[in-house]
Amino acid sequence: MTDSAVELSNIVKRFDSFTAVQRFSMSLESGSFVTLLGPSGCGKTTTLRMVAGLLDPSEGDIRIRGRRVNEVPIHQRNLGLVFQNYALFPHRNVFDNVAFGLKYRKVSKADIRQRVNNALELVQLPDLGRRMPSELSGGQQQRVALARAIVIEPDVLLLDEPLSALDANLREDMRIELKRIQTQLGITTLFVTHDQSEALAMSDKIVVMRDGVVEQIGAPREVYDKPVSEFVAGFLGAANIVDARVHELDGDNVLLQVDDLGMIPVPRARCPACAPGTAVRLVLRSEHLIVQRADEEHSHDGLYLSARIATVDYQGQAIRYFLHCGKHTLQALNMLDGPAFNEGDSVSLKVRHRDAVVLETPR
Amino acid sequence: MSGWALLRLHAILVYLFMFLPVGIVVVLSFNASQFGSFPMTGLSLRWFEALWHNEAIMRAFRTSFLLGTLTALISTTLGVLASLAMVRYRFPGKQAISTLLIAPILVPEVVLAVALLLFLRALGLPKTFPLLILGHVIFTMPFVILVVQARLASMTSHVEEAALSLGASPVQTFFAVTLPLLGPAIFAGALFAFTISFDDITGTLFWKPGGVETVPTQIFAMLRNSISPEINALGTVMIVLTVGLPLLGMAVARRVDSGRHH
Ligand SMILES: Nc1ncnc2c1ncn2[C@@H]1O[C@H](COP(=O)(O)OP(=O)(O)OP(=O)(O)O)[C@@H](O)[C@H]1O
Ligand SMILES: [Mg+2]
Repeated sequence: MTDSAVELSNIVKRFDSFTAVQRFSMSLESGSFVTLLGPSGCGKTTTLRMVAGLLDPSEGDIRIRGRRVNEVPIHQRNLGLVFQNYALFPHRNVFDNVAFGLKYRKVSKADIRQRVNNALELVQLPDLGRRMPSELSGGQQQRVALARAIVIEPDVLLLDEPLSALDANLREDMRIELKRIQTQLGITTLFVTHDQSEALAMSDKIVVMRDGVVEQIGAPREVYDKPVSEFVAGFLGAANIVDARVHELDGDNVLLQVDDLGMIPVPRARCPACAPGTAVRLVLRSEHLIVQRADEEHSHDGLYLSARIATVDYQGQAIRYFLHCGKHTLQALNMLDGPAFNEGDSVSLKVRHRDAVVLETPR
Repeated sequence: MSGWALLRLHAILVYLFMFLPVGIVVVLSFNASQFGSFPMTGLSLRWFEALWHNEAIMRAFRTSFLLGTLTALISTTLGVLASLAMVRYRFPGKQAISTLLIAPILVPEVVLAVALLLFLRALGLPKTFPLLILGHVIFTMPFVILVVQARLASMTSHVEEAALSLGASPVQTFFAVTLPLLGPAIFAGALFAFTISFDDITGTLFWKPGGVETVPTQIFAMLRNSISPEINALGTVMIVLTVGLPLLGMAVARRVDSGRHH
């Protein structure tokens, strides 16, 4: 048997006639950080709650450490659970919040003290034991919630959008913190988010979901670089997706004909089953399109198109351009060094076509 | 005069009409003379003293306290359980049951009183004190449910789920988390139930067994014979109890609640 801490096989969840999760299978390796990623309503929380034992699956099996837990109630599953809204016990101080789970286990008073203090130290709140939750900031409350969940040494840590209620800067800090703690403890973690950058930064494995169905499972690089569907390509980073037709096979390359953009060569490996004449979809990530002055020299590793800037979206260290290129509107996300282009400028658009992704099944 | 000024005047008159008699009763209860008329001849507590020595009234007080306390106890227990069911669980017919539970405060009390009386008669049951309590429970429980339900709905179930995930059984979770968080609402509900029961006359007149008098029915009975200044004193005591108790309760609840933050 593989070393999987959690295993879901063929999980289906129906609410009356509505199917929220459809034939969901995946496994979490022991110590790994797995993220359920997808848009609102795709069934992430439902899946997590089934693992927690807060919802019963309509079909399928859930195993934790090899044991089938479908019929095991939540309080006997040994889980850590962290919610977006912290859900601390408002009538107990920080110490008692963290100690809560230990009181239901056979742990001596002295050990409880020791373990709670260790946990609070781990989340960097060593001196706040006597405070009430209402006296803490959102970030501190979430740290306490995390301490409360890990102090019981759960078999799995389940996190439902734990960072979403925090403001942007704090969210980044907490993300790094959470990942540090997870790695340090080597705790198996199932994380739910609809934020692709969180998913990419933290996960060992990402499960991209859509309408209750798994679209793709893979390491962050894999789902980012080799999306299997237009949905995955569009959900992870902004992608330009255009219709194309295979023109001819040319050595190591496949030449794709795109209306208005001309011939775009992509590596053969990107499109193993391409045959001349096949209709495909071509994915050009916005960060793989580089906007240059029209008169700038062309290098040999790119393909150049002439375009006109339609909209400029300034984002601080980066800038997003929307460009008209023939009948297409493409977006390009560029790091900003030097002056930016303005709306209406005629520019040259360099396409890093080696990074293009070909979807062989058109929509 | 503008429309707003008219409206304001109207409102003032309505409040005067409602509260002036109450004020007069309170003032007259301290009147030294036998006849309730102005100007007052002097201040005195003699009518309160007379109350204290009036055996019938003291008995009525004891009955009302017992009735109010038991009513509060039963309707709070049932009301909390019903609220939990309504907010935390899904089951068929929930909407209908929810309406049914609240209905007693929507139906005019006389109608409810007559209906229950006829029902008891149809069953051939004699009027007894426990049945009087039952009647009071029926129309005080909706208040408990409304207060507790509102609190429950504002509390996400995530705190309870967190407790469960940490190894507390559902029963342990109820006592360690749900009940303490509901505390102030339960307390407020119980006070409502007590005061409403203590205050009630319509239902009580229909349901009380012979020989049993509560404070309101006692006042009613006394009024039939004569208008004694004792009644003013009794009225004052009733006002203090039924207005003071909930205010006191709310103050306590607020203290408990704010004590939680320090
Ligand atoms: N108790 C329920 N009864 C009926 N439908 C439900 C219930 N819980 C969830 N659903 C439906 O199931 C679908 C998936 O819900 P879920 O909460 O898992 O989404 P999610 O991916 O977590 O979304 P979000 O990012 O908004 O939290 C939604 O369409 C939701 O309306
Ligand atoms: Mg969710």
